[in-house]
Amino acid sequence: MAQTKYLAHHFTDLEQQSESAKMGMWLFLLTEILLFGGVFVAYAIYRAWHPETFINAHRFLDVRLGTINTIVLIVSSLTIALAIRDMQLDRRKQCMRNLIITILLAGVFLVIKYFEYSHKFHVGMLPGKFYTFDGIEGTNPHIFFSIYFLLTGIHGLHIIIGMSLIAWMLLKVKKGHFSSNYFVPIEAVGLYWHLVDLIWIFLFPLLYLIG
Amino acid sequence: MENSSNHTNYLNATKGIWSWLTTVDHKRIGMMYLGFIIFSFMLGGFFAICVRLELFTPNGDLFKDGNQYNTFFTLHGIVMVFLFIIPSIPAAIGNFVLPQMVGALDVAFPRLNLLSFYIYLVGATLALAVLISGGVDTGWTFYTPYSSSIGGPVIATGLAVFILGFSSILTGLNFIVTIHKLRLPGITWFNMPLFLWGMYATSVIQVLATPVIGITMVLLVFERVAGVGIFDASMGGDPVLYQHFFWFYSHPAVYIMILPAMAIISELVATFSQKRIFGYKAIAYSSVAIALFSFLVWGHHMFTSGQSRFAALVFSFLTFFVAVPSAIKVFNWVATMYKGSISLKTPMMYALSFLSLFTIGGLTGLFLGTLATDIHLHDTYFVVAHFHYVMFGGTVIAFIGGLHYWWPKFTGKMFNEFWGQVGAWGVFIGFNLTFMPQFLAGFRGMPRRYYEYDPSFEIFNQLSTIGALTLAVSFTIVGINLLVSIFKGAKAPKNPWNSLSIEWQTESPPVTENYATTPDLTYGPYDYDKRQAARAEG
Ligand SMILES: [Cu+2]
Repeated sequence: MAQTKYLAHHFTDLEQQSESAKMGMWLFLLTEILLFGGVFVAYAIYRAWHPETFINAHRFLDVRLGTINTIVLIVSSLTIALAIRDMQLDRRKQCMRNLIITILLAGVFLVIKYFEYSHKFHVGMLPGKFYTFDGIEGTNPHIFFSIYFLLTGIHGLHIIIGMSLIAWMLLKVKKGHFSSNYFVPIEAVGLYWHLVDLIWIFLFPLLYLIG
Repeated sequence: MENSSNHTNYLNATKGIWSWLTTVDHKRIGMMYLGFIIFSFMLGGFFAICVRLELFTPNGDLFKDGNQYNTFFTLHGIVMVFLFIIPSIPAAIGNFVLPQMVGALDVAFPRLNLLSFYIYLVGATLALAVLISGGVDTGWTFYTPYSSSIGGPVIATGLAVFILGFSSILTGLNFIVTIHKLRLPGITWFNMPLFLWGMYATSVIQVLATPVIGITMVLLVFERVAGVGIFDASMGGDPVLYQHFFWFYSHPAVYIMILPAMAIISELVATFSQKRIFGYKAIAYSSVAIALFSFLVWGHHMFTSGQSRFAALVFSFLTFFVAVPSAIKVFNWVATMYKGSISLKTPMMYALSFLSLFTIGGLTGLFLGTLATDIHLHDTYFVVAHFHYVMFGGTVIAFIGGLHYWWPKFTGKMFNEFWGQVGAWGVFIGFNLTFMPQFLAGFRGMPRRYYEYDPSFEIFNQLSTIGALTLAVSFTIVGINLLVSIFKGAKAPKNPWNSLSIEWQTESPPVTENYATTPDLTYGPYDYDKRQAARAEG
């Protein structure tokens, strides 16, 4: 009986269970959007207050690396979607392969981010009072880097959380916890991962492509 | 009564402390929350008594200095708001009752429910660690630039608020999904107890607003650790932006605190009037309306912070607007009682207290929402009194009322009715004695949060302190009465209040899976008229 193996005792059937799980996940994603919303609001206000600073400062971000990272994340969204598809069709091996590729892509993103960060640390483009770089025209250039590090830092933390969740799913697939009858957790993690990608898709133009 | 004396129930189904710490039963989790919440209430009350004793005389003589006084009122605020009121009704009473009202075995995500309890414990422990290490003196509002520049464990306090917020989000999320997906067939949106509508609206705010206080606290931490400067005027930032962020959460948060209280009152008024609730849909929709409008009025905390005059006008208008759904509820409760067969049992006494105190609290809110009067009243004791009439006269009173109402279900024991009445009267009198003089002092210009004050305010402060002590004694009576009932109380029948809500169909205390048989849905939760008609016929 596939039903009883996966069904928690307080649900009447698998459909109710999976619908509940999905609704819970969507609500959680909503809270994530609101969490980022605060920093986006700060971005909007300070960009409105110091428009030239933002334009001058953004030239010091590496558009090339930013673009590569955007592509990396979009591809990783595709691979996790494929992993879910694989599980729907009971293709356990392919599912695991796609999850591994997703984790590797997330790793690539973080490595590239590391190089971007270390360059900025090196030249003193640091947030707030640690800002020592000289050469950006405009009022309060450190504010731009405060916002930059807050947005990309919190986003980076989400990438790390996402990687751990995907790794957890990988482990469960390996142990045979899922089948075409039951794969809601992978779907939920997939949703989370898409959101993390989506937030980057907003961050990228707002930070790298203004002016 | 009909129930056997020693049936297997959720309390004795499994034994040992470990079976409690690892439980996923919503009833046990609710009771564990209840224990810690009441502990927090006593702790916050202790700080309040200290503050009131200091203010008994105009001179600062009880505390070492003004800073210590500031620390005490800050701790009072943080403990009461974040550790007590916000989780009080939803996490303790709601956790227990909500799944039973939808006819479910548990909440949608039982393990998440337990997780939220442990997250609450971590946040509470952190907050208490702050307290032991000397405390903070920022007030519960943590306004920058003060909070980002002073010494003391502000970061730890901010993180504690962040963590507690996370616990609150998980509870809200769990409740929304439970109400949407786990209702028994036959329990429809407009045929479910109004308690559920209130909890639903609360949960929506918890899910939508709490992340914003989360990010605000994160930003405050970064402001202190990394000096990011976004709330620092000397670095091109804006301290008022902090206030916007803070109140974008904290105004809706006052509705996280009051909506559950309204949810309880709807149940108490209908049950103890034995009458169909008047204007079911109006009460249900006004809960949702309050939840939505609460996001649009945060600027009324900042009339004197230098926001634009136009913004202030809009916020003032919207503040008046948000009062409408609350007023609708009050009128509906009063109309429900009209020609009902009212029995003045202890829970109903609290419901009546709520009606009068909340009405005063709500109406004085309008004084503060009016631009011109707010300039005079801003940051005076008038604000303190208004806030306490809503939060204490509203939420705490409803919480204690609900606690008495569902106590037989929680514990299987009846409390002593006489001492229940004494407690209810004591709380009502003590409360008014504490906070009514604060309206007068505030109106005459006594500023809030002051360590020493002008001798002309002495009489108001002395009355207020006497009131606070009356409250302490009354709550002790309430607590002892409830505690004693566990050991000496009469066995509670299934349905001591003759309520139609389905949680009263199960045993007191309930079995682990809530219902031994599927609940009987012949009557809706407020079909008292139908039941009476049926009884008259048969
Ligand atoms: Cu407000």
